[in-house]
Amino acid sequence: MAQIPTEQDRQNLKAKKFLVWLFIVSSFILFAGFTSGFIVYTAGSPNRGIKTILPHTFIYSTAIIILSSVTMHLAYLSGKRLQFGKQKLFLVLTILLGIAFFYAQLTAWGTLIKQGVYFINYNASQSFIYVFTGMHLLHIFAGLIMVLTALIGKIRNISQVRNMFRLETTSIFWHFIDILWIYIYVFLLLNQ
Amino acid sequence: MASTAMYTTIEHHDDHFGAHGHHKETFLTKYIFSQDHKMIAKQFLITGIIMAVIGMFLSILFRIQLGWPDKTFPLLETFLGKWAEGGRIKPDFYLALVTIHGTIMVFFVLTTGLSGTFSNLLIPLQIGARDMASPFLNMLSYWLFFISSVIMLSSFFVQSGPASAGWTIYPPLSALPKAISGSGTGMTLWLISMVLFIASSLMGSLNYISTVLNMRTKGMDLWKMPLTVWAFFITAIVGVLSFPVLVAGVVLLIFDRSFGTSFYLSDIVLSGQILPNQGGSPILFEHLFWFLGHPEVYIIIMPAFGITSEVISTNSRKPIFGYHAMVYSLIGIAVLSFIVWGHHMFVTGMNPFLGGVFMITTLIIAVPSAVKTFNYLATLWRGNIRFSPAMLFGIGLVSFFISGGLTGIFLGNAALDIPLHDTYFVVAHFHLVMGSAAIFGMLCGVYHWFPKMFGRMMDEKLGYLHFWITFIGAYLVFFPMHFMGLDGVPRRYYAFTEFEFMKEWLTVNKLISWAAIIAGLGQIAFLYNFFHSIFYGKKASQNPWQSNTLEWTTPVERLHGNWPGEIPTVYRWPYDYSKPGHPEDFIPQTVPFSQTMSSNLPHDFEGNTEAERIQEEWNKQHETQRVD
Repeated sequence: MAQIPTEQDRQNLKAKKFLVWLFIVSSFILFAGFTSGFIVYTAGSPNRGIKTILPHTFIYSTAIIILSSVTMHLAYLSGKRLQFGKQKLFLVLTILLGIAFFYAQLTAWGTLIKQGVYFINYNASQSFIYVFTGMHLLHIFAGLIMVLTALIGKIRNISQVRNMFRLETTSIFWHFIDILWIYIYVFLLLNQ
Repeated sequence: MASTAMYTTIEHHDDHFGAHGHHKETFLTKYIFSQDHKMIAKQFLITGIIMAVIGMFLSILFRIQLGWPDKTFPLLETFLGKWAEGGRIKPDFYLALVTIHGTIMVFFVLTTGLSGTFSNLLIPLQIGARDMASPFLNMLSYWLFFISSVIMLSSFFVQSGPASAGWTIYPPLSALPKAISGSGTGMTLWLISMVLFIASSLMGSLNYISTVLNMRTKGMDLWKMPLTVWAFFITAIVGVLSFPVLVAGVVLLIFDRSFGTSFYLSDIVLSGQILPNQGGSPILFEHLFWFLGHPEVYIIIMPAFGITSEVISTNSRKPIFGYHAMVYSLIGIAVLSFIVWGHHMFVTGMNPFLGGVFMITTLIIAVPSAVKTFNYLATLWRGNIRFSPAMLFGIGLVSFFISGGLTGIFLGNAALDIPLHDTYFVVAHFHLVMGSAAIFGMLCGVYHWFPKMFGRMMDEKLGYLHFWITFIGAYLVFFPMHFMGLDGVPRRYYAFTEFEFMKEWLTVNKLISWAAIIAGLGQIAFLYNFFHSIFYGKKASQNPWQSNTLEWTTPVERLHGNWPGEIPTVYRWPYDYSKPGHPEDFIPQTVPFSQTMSSNLPHDFEGNTEAERIQEEWNKQHETQRVD
């Protein structure tokens, strides 16, 4: 009798993990909407466009977020190999790198403002830079909460199935927001 | 993965389902914060019905203004106060009524009321699952929907009135709080409500997709799913791919309204003052809006299609005509729906070549739509039809879809759309093809699955009364609008009698208003029937319509977890009605072919040669009996 509910649970966890993938799809569509909005808007008139040099901080934030993806993956691997000390360590590192990314993006906004590229702008192409990065930061924020939940779960010593479930969903999402940032950055660079 | 599997067996969970796994349920967990998909479906349905009544009431209010523009109704002032001073609805309030009527009907009734109810009810029951992929997310989806409904309605209670820029909320009208009174607090509330609504609808869609793909019972491969589940599944995919784009558009609109950006605003003079905003593009909003907006109309109609397919097949006692064609046409409609949004924008100064492209893609949609229509008709053809109320509403959907769909071909043509744009012709078109058709699909589903939801039957006689009043009423309301539109009467005008050439349409408007009022009163028959039958209806049997699908194998008392024992296994497609050689005119999906030797056909075995051999042997043995 014990076999049946566990079988159901496993199926159910699979379905729940699939939810994360679907959320990623919808989130990607959101950014596809923004970027196509940018293209349609910018194509409307030669006065529009980014018309500035993107802050160099973006290069650092790219490096930070790629590194954080690595630590996230290491946390996942250590969880899988039952090395829970390492798992906690790498989760903490991921959180720190995530916060560093947050900080780097805010610094980049500061640089943009110094360059005279404001959010409230008659060239909305420049406002779009803030929209892209801001909406991405929202995702980072959500991702940080997920990493934190995975960490707290491990500290409270939840069962390994649930621990692995949290690690898997968190790392899927975290890698997604990493790739999402690269997409945004490349998109901005191509339109610079 | 091996390690995960290993730990799963060690793991003990206390929240498993099954006959012995019942929690103590309090009123709060059973009826309010329920995570059971059947209860959530009922919550969606009843909220949807309440919203529909409100939406309909709003429409009758503005029909009063349109039918009797010169009369005063002191009663209106009693109820509406300053919005109907002197007994006549004010222009500002008229626009608010039109806007909120559209918003409620499109989003709250026909998107969530329809998908939320029937996807939640039928997906787990028809694919053989205990519940949704994430029951918690499902509950959250309902409560976000509820909060967003409350916020939308609360805009009637703010000083400046509800949003009035039309349900499409085009900027700059919606982006400038001072443009009209409705663009103030009312618009803010509208935006907050819609953001919550989108979140709710996305949660729902994600759940539906994941459940259909991961939680089907044994034997239920994709091509054995009922068309209802196919329709809900494809609808959910369309929702996931289109709603986020509306979020993008709305986020930029919020920035324009509240932060002073210029995404959509440029060169505006507002009450003698030049606004600083420069360089924005209001057309950008239309692109973002209609990229959702057009798929949205298919999000509305596709679940209605699915419900109707099931009901028409069951009540014709015939397999659905062209099951695969039905699925492929749904997929075709879903794909095409993403590349036709430009037909809403022919008059925005669009490049004529681009207009031509959108025109062609739009007209191609007529092909899968026609496939569906002809399949419905072919299913009805020489069927052993049972005219249950659900069946009548199903046939009603087909009727409205034909009469409203034909005018879609007119409007899809750029050259014809230019004179017809924003006239009553458009109003007539979409109220028939998506409004009436979808609401008939929804009512069809309510009458058909009421016994599954509440364990009781609805009264048939009241159902017939409801059907005929609504059917005739809807045609009387919307059909004359075509002719007004052809004459150039524009939609959303408060007092078109001020224009000489439109004065002659006043009598027609009176007819429409009377028809709307009577059809509106006819809904009382439904409301009484619905709520009365929940408590006092005739007790339903387990399978009152002699239907094949899995939901009718569950007990009449609705258990958490759906089936008391094991989930049944599926052996056949859901449309084995009146199969030659079988004593009964239906064979449920759970009956294996070994029990129906007298009716099996070679293609039933899908190339399984062993089964074919056994069947042939059986046929030989029983040949003599067959001749008798």
